[in-house]
Amino acid sequence: MIEHLPVLLVTVPIVAALLILLLGWHDSRFCYPLTLATILFQFAGGIALLIEVMREGTIRYYLGGWAPPLGIEFVIDTFNGYILPIVLLLALATAVYARRSVEKEIKPEKIVSFYVLFQLLVTGLVGMTITGDIFNLYVFLEISSIAAYTLIASSRKPRAYVAALNYLVLGSIAGGFVLLGIGNLYVATGTLNMADLARLLPASYGLATVHTAFLLLVIGFSIKVALFPLHLWLPDAYTEAPSAVTVLISTVMAKVSVYAMFRVIFSVFTTAYFVETVPVTELILFIAAVAIVAGAVLAIAQEDLKRMLAYSSVSQVGYIVFALGVANQIALEGGLLHILGHAVMKGCLFMVAGVIIYRLGTSSFSDLKGVAATMPVTCAAFALAGASMIGVPPTIGFASKYYLVLGALEAGHWVYAAVLLAGSLLAVGYIWRFIEVAYFSASSHHEGGDHHPAPGVREAPLSMLVPMVILSILCLVLGIFVDPLMKIVAPAVSLLLGGA
Amino acid sequence: MVDVTGLLPAVTVVIPLLAAVMILVSGRHENIRDGFTVAAAVAMLVSVVAMLPSILSGERITISLIPLLPGGDLALRVDAFGMVFALTAAVLWLLNSFYSIGYMRSLKEHAQTRFFFCLAVAIAAAIGIAFSANLVTLLVFYEILTIITYPLVVHVETPEAMAAGRKYLAYLLIGGIFFLAAVILTYILTGTTGFVPGGFLAGSAPPLTLQILFVLFMVGFVKAAWMPLHGWLPAAMVAPTPVSAFLHAVAVVTAGVFGIVRIAGWVYGMDLLASLGLGTLLAVIASFTIITASLFALTEDNLKRRLAYSTVSQLSYILLGVSMLSIAGMTGAMAHIPIHAFLKITLFFVAGAVIVAAGRERISDMKGIGRKMPVTAVMFSAAAIGICGLPPLSGLISKVYLALGAVEGGVPILLIVLIASTVLNAAYFFPIIHTMLLGRPDDERSLDSVSEPPLTMLVPIVLTTVASVLIFFFPSMPFMDLVEIAIGEITGSVIP
Repeated sequence: MIEHLPVLLVTVPIVAALLILLLGWHDSRFCYPLTLATILFQFAGGIALLIEVMREGTIRYYLGGWAPPLGIEFVIDTFNGYILPIVLLLALATAVYARRSVEKEIKPEKIVSFYVLFQLLVTGLVGMTITGDIFNLYVFLEISSIAAYTLIASSRKPRAYVAALNYLVLGSIAGGFVLLGIGNLYVATGTLNMADLARLLPASYGLATVHTAFLLLVIGFSIKVALFPLHLWLPDAYTEAPSAVTVLISTVMAKVSVYAMFRVIFSVFTTAYFVETVPVTELILFIAAVAIVAGAVLAIAQEDLKRMLAYSSVSQVGYIVFALGVANQIALEGGLLHILGHAVMKGCLFMVAGVIIYRLGTSSFSDLKGVAATMPVTCAAFALAGASMIGVPPTIGFASKYYLVLGALEAGHWVYAAVLLAGSLLAVGYIWRFIEVAYFSASSHHEGGDHHPAPGVREAPLSMLVPMVILSILCLVLGIFVDPLMKIVAPAVSLLLGGA
Repeated sequence: MVDVTGLLPAVTVVIPLLAAVMILVSGRHENIRDGFTVAAAVAMLVSVVAMLPSILSGERITISLIPLLPGGDLALRVDAFGMVFALTAAVLWLLNSFYSIGYMRSLKEHAQTRFFFCLAVAIAAAIGIAFSANLVTLLVFYEILTIITYPLVVHVETPEAMAAGRKYLAYLLIGGIFFLAAVILTYILTGTTGFVPGGFLAGSAPPLTLQILFVLFMVGFVKAAWMPLHGWLPAAMVAPTPVSAFLHAVAVVTAGVFGIVRIAGWVYGMDLLASLGLGTLLAVIASFTIITASLFALTEDNLKRRLAYSTVSQLSYILLGVSMLSIAGMTGAMAHIPIHAFLKITLFFVAGAVIVAAGRERISDMKGIGRKMPVTAVMFSAAAIGICGLPPLSGLISKVYLALGAVEGGVPILLIVLIASTVLNAAYFFPIIHTMLLGRPDDERSLDSVSEPPLTMLVPIVLTTVASVLIFFFPSMPFMDLVEIAIGEITGSVIP
């Protein structure tokens, strides 16, 4: 059983999705426990695979026994062994969180399809994470993307349709770029297996086909990860989607897209190509720096909590891509750490936004005055995750910032290191908007008085509170116990830099 | 010097953290909540004092908690200099706890649970700073201190307070970024950030790099409020008075100057600073700050703001002492940390007592207030005299060492700065004393309702003043002994 785990992580949930549909038709109360059980299984499987990889080394699983390059293989090494549990942890937290949130934000008749699509989205992302075949990667990418478009459109808000359509168009363009890139690679080498590609490509590094492929893939993934200025789909999609969906796509989906980008750049093309053959690191660094600053400035300008967090994501993606631009061991360790850190903290922050919408029906700053008095736990979770976003020690956000700056300085990028540090200050600008409004403004319902609860506003339901608080505490715990974490991250980075 | 491993440093930091949690949990029951504040303050003081004998015997207590980041574990090491800060903070924290409870209850302040929670975490951070074994640990606690004191600064939540809070955060967080850059640069240059008596940077980089690094550190320790980066401190005066006392005496500014002395003695070393010409830079900054801030203080009618400028000026005495790069100067600098803290907290306690008992903040409104609040006014006068450096209060001790350092270092101009500053101190303090004790109120009856503040406030005022007198008569117990050990550590010589 255990040796078939990789394929079970994808097939079981697909069957489960079908089951959710059938049983949900019968009675929609089946959906939630089934989804939860499936994702719990996947999470446990993800952890098991990580332990196995750390102990035994890379796992290769031939689908249906067909050896590559003919068949598809799933490959779990330290890199995606590290990503997979992150993805599934966040998926699990979101699944727990989703039930109450969905009841309020999605029409009852759409609840069943919500859970089905939720399951498919997670499964698509899991597939993307563990596959060793680049075309298979594309297929899973499209599965998850289509699920995501539909989920965004499932919101009650009319603008959600526009946001979903917008994302659909840009997402499809991204998918097109990726597919064309893969086509070019196939033309150049005649294989779609990533390990094969990495072996065969160096011979054709001079070919225009390969350069084109690289460019197409990088642009395609840049749209998917919403790298500034290709982020245009993101703010609307994140803001208009139902809260649970926002949490899922802003953490899990965004991170898997980053993973795919890293995987293709390092494991298909290798560092040698990326740093020496086409020296684009300077350009990437520049774009990342612009993204960090521009995203943060745009975030500061927002008047709505959810939209502000969306722009913050644009800025934070810059940090991860920054690591790509520096491309040395320490910076990439920081980047990988930030994939985890940002997923955890942004997940928590979007959950806070969702809880506030659940209770207040709005997330506009002007309506949130003094909300900390009525929702103390929620706001405390925000404060902690927000501190991590700013990079206050000893949170995980601080650790990744520390590694990134250290890596940048080691590589001699003084100016970019300064930009990164300044960018983290800009995060104060937008995080503090909420802190000031929530904690230090008298409630709008009782002007001038002490903090009195607004009528009818209470702390969030437990099933939303618990995952949120756990993620927020994780920001601190991971930051303190960052050293054990590095025992996974460091080999993963070595693996990326070593090619393979 | 012997390093011994012990759990007490960690315990000392954890005590107030635990108390912070308990304060949150017991928030609804005022007496229980405030009981935790007091209990933690007592326990922390006991824990610090318990380490005193072994520190005085020349040991250092170390504990490495967990590996954190490249460049440093989260590690604590209690040495004599750290002990100077920790002991000051622990004693004043206990007194400040009683005072805060009295103050907050008398004025029926809102959000008291938040207030005491933040104070408890802040004191943990301050002790963490005192006990940090390396720059990374110092940075961690330093940043925590910045963030957790913000709710205290904006406590009253008026637009003015919010503006002050933004200023406070802007200065301190930008400073924190410079500090972070300096720490990472230090790690890249040397591969370590652990404090070494006498410094470890020598020979690691060209002089220019080390000079730039020093400037990064200086900006990083913006909590020392040297001019022109002092703006946050007077702005933060909108906070309740116990917070001012905490900022000015117990923890925050003290953490800033502590950091600079730590960098000077344990990262650079006095010889390296001298060869880089950084003593001159420090002397210029310090002299400028001492004189200018005193002049600002002269023009302020608001008592708390005048005290704030006095703090800005006094903190630079410490920088001035470091800048002399002589044993006497360094001794004066280290000694001035506890001495100034004990004196300044008395002054702030009195300022708060006047607010509680008479509702007055402006000096011009305090005419004759001493008749109704004799003890308070006399204590204020005593502490003010102490800050001016007159006997029989502790201020004289550090001033003598600083003067000695100026002469020894062959920079008589610094002596002139000290003398000018003493004159200015007298010029802005004596009128207050005169107003309080001898002034005639414009309207005699306006003082009818005024009386001494509650005992929870009065007793700390008296105790801190008595402490300052005791430090004058028995300087070696224990502060000067600790300073002597610390000086011996970084220079290998004894103080004159």
